[in-house]
Amino acid sequence: MSTNAAALPRAHGPKGPREIPQHVSPGLWTLAWRRLRADRVGMVSLYIVAAFLVLIALSASGLIARDWAREVGVNYAPPTFVGPDENATGPGAASATAAEGPTEATTFKSSVVDPIGDVIAELRGEKPADAGPASGGVVDPLADVMKDIQASKGTAAAAPEEARALTLPFGGDKWGRDVLKKTIKGSETSIFVGIAAALLATAIGTLLGALAGYAGGWVDDALNWFYNVFSSIPYLLLILAVAAVLQQKGMSTIILILGLTGWTGIFRLIRAEYMKHKGREYVQAASAIGASNARRMFMHIFPNVSHVVLVQLSILVVGFIKAEVILSFLGFGVPVDVVSWGSMLNEAQNELILGKWWQLAAATAAMALLVTAFSLLTDALRDALDPKLKGLAGH
Amino acid sequence: MAAYIIRRLWQMIPTMLGVILLVFLLFNWVGGDPAYVLAGKISNQEQIDNIRRQLGVDQPYWVQLWIFVKQVVTADFGASWSTNERVSSILATRLGPSLTVLVPLLVIETVVAIGLALAVAYVRGSLTDRAVMIACTVGLSVSILVYIIVFQYVFAYKLGWFPVQGWGNSFWENLLKYSTLPILIALVVSIAPNLRLYRTFVLDEINQDYVRTARAKGVSENRIMWVHVLRNASIPIITHLMAALPGLLLGAFLIERFFSIPGIGREVLLGVERSDFPVIKAMTVYVAFATILSNLLADLMYKAVDPRVQLK
Repeated sequence: MSTNAAALPRAHGPKGPREIPQHVSPGLWTLAWRRLRADRVGMVSLYIVAAFLVLIALSASGLIARDWAREVGVNYAPPTFVGPDENATGPGAASATAAEGPTEATTFKSSVVDPIGDVIAELRGEKPADAGPASGGVVDPLADVMKDIQASKGTAAAAPEEARALTLPFGGDKWGRDVLKKTIKGSETSIFVGIAAALLATAIGTLLGALAGYAGGWVDDALNWFYNVFSSIPYLLLILAVAAVLQQKGMSTIILILGLTGWTGIFRLIRAEYMKHKGREYVQAASAIGASNARRMFMHIFPNVSHVVLVQLSILVVGFIKAEVILSFLGFGVPVDVVSWGSMLNEAQNELILGKWWQLAAATAAMALLVTAFSLLTDALRDALDPKLKGLAGH
Repeated sequence: MAAYIIRRLWQMIPTMLGVILLVFLLFNWVGGDPAYVLAGKISNQEQIDNIRRQLGVDQPYWVQLWIFVKQVVTADFGASWSTNERVSSILATRLGPSLTVLVPLLVIETVVAIGLALAVAYVRGSLTDRAVMIACTVGLSVSILVYIIVFQYVFAYKLGWFPVQGWGNSFWENLLKYSTLPILIALVVSIAPNLRLYRTFVLDEINQDYVRTARAKGVSENRIMWVHVLRNASIPIITHLMAALPGLLLGAFLIERFFSIPGIGREVLLGVERSDFPVIKAMTVYVAFATILSNLLADLMYKAVDPRVQLK
């Protein structure tokens, strides 16, 4: 009720003077901002997303979570609100659980996750000569790296140079690293990849869409053909195919993969918008005063379709964050020494079998909070920028 | 009608050629010399030379492209680089398990999503409607990985209601024993986005004049929703379903991986992990062709459901 009362005078305010002096009427963005301000869910989402952005800016600049890789707690230190391990009374007991932990985790992993097991067995039956190197070199290319890492962690754990905490705010992982700091660092990676890839895909889609819609003719035909080819390959398959070809792993690789494959939806929309706009009077007027094609495309038409771009960008960020998590989980995403929500989930999968649920919970909660807020913000943005749609979808 | 189909088939050719060209560029040009990839897994120089000759990597690019086109047309992609199994037989044997999971999933999911969408749209704006929509948004924002990890842990590992993973030889055993949990998880994951989408389709129809007319005639609410509204809302639903069909084949790849179901999706993942280019190339090209064909099928079904549609 209070928001309505607050919104009413604003809504009525500009209406009166709008009829007499033209220059007072608020622009598209002012109006959209006002509508967004009146949208309570949208504003809460905006605050949450902004908080996440501040968080990752702080962590990227090294102000917080810089030492996420330090082993500050005992292995699998439980969260503080759970309290220290009831079954175990000291660090010795905790390390005993940890000692049996990995073996149990490995057996589960081999029974559940390793999907190539039967194929290797098949191979061994058929061609014992090939099976050796194939199974060693092919199944898990990171096995050696992981072993090295685990070994170094093991030695570090064997000689603790400082007292280790029994509990950590959000618990600790296998090596006693603080899950809270890992989650912050993981958020930084996942959100950064999502936003960067979305910007790349949006730039490609907007540029090609503008060209196709504005130029028409053979340019449109050619770009449409290009679009048809890209969109006929299912998105995930295309991502995996590109991941297979680009051998080196890294943040830029995953951004490139997502950006180069994700531009098709926005191309379609922007092309339609440009086809609609290029015949309008204001574009003809611009051409009459001698504006070049490029100027008409980007200085005159683009501001009028930029709200479509913004909403699409927002949708893409959510999609790419989810895609990055899956790719990193599968090991096609960020490198092993970079923590992301996906790699946290990958570790958490084995931890869950041991009853250590906190890393799974932390990564899931952080991702769910951000993605929910971002999706709701996207809806609010769309409603604010295109109020005609709201009537259809809302009622 | 026949003329329309023939023209559409004719128009597909450039797109199909484009797909072939894209896959070729990706794997033969961007991917570089397969000998580098193979060097890691086959130490035998003679074997590598053999494969290079077989692939024609030493030939100019246009000859390589021609070899690839012939492979696509004859469906003969040679042998997998990792297992030496024929790619054609990989494709054939992996399709069955995928379909065992996907067909029941598709049927159950469509029926449930449409039913829920009609119900939720009928009480639009109410607390129920808003609660369901919020639940969908929140449910969608949890990664599919979390659903699989938690459900597999709770229902298979902890409670033991279902096998943790595995695949048998008989169809019924696979369907009733091994597919149940994967189908349930996939159902939970896929229903939220579809429910949201179908709800907007139903809402588009529910305010139309014909609904008011039917109500004025005294048609029962049930009949209005299930006959009048559903028939009209099914047009975009069918288009959406058809467009999503080939993607579904892969969409379940995480499920197939976690539950060790020897299907298409798992095979693609294995192919990527092992840099098994022939398998990925074959999958990409044929799944793309299936997508193009199912788009045509969607348009034809569009016509069947909605007689007003003019096929041009």
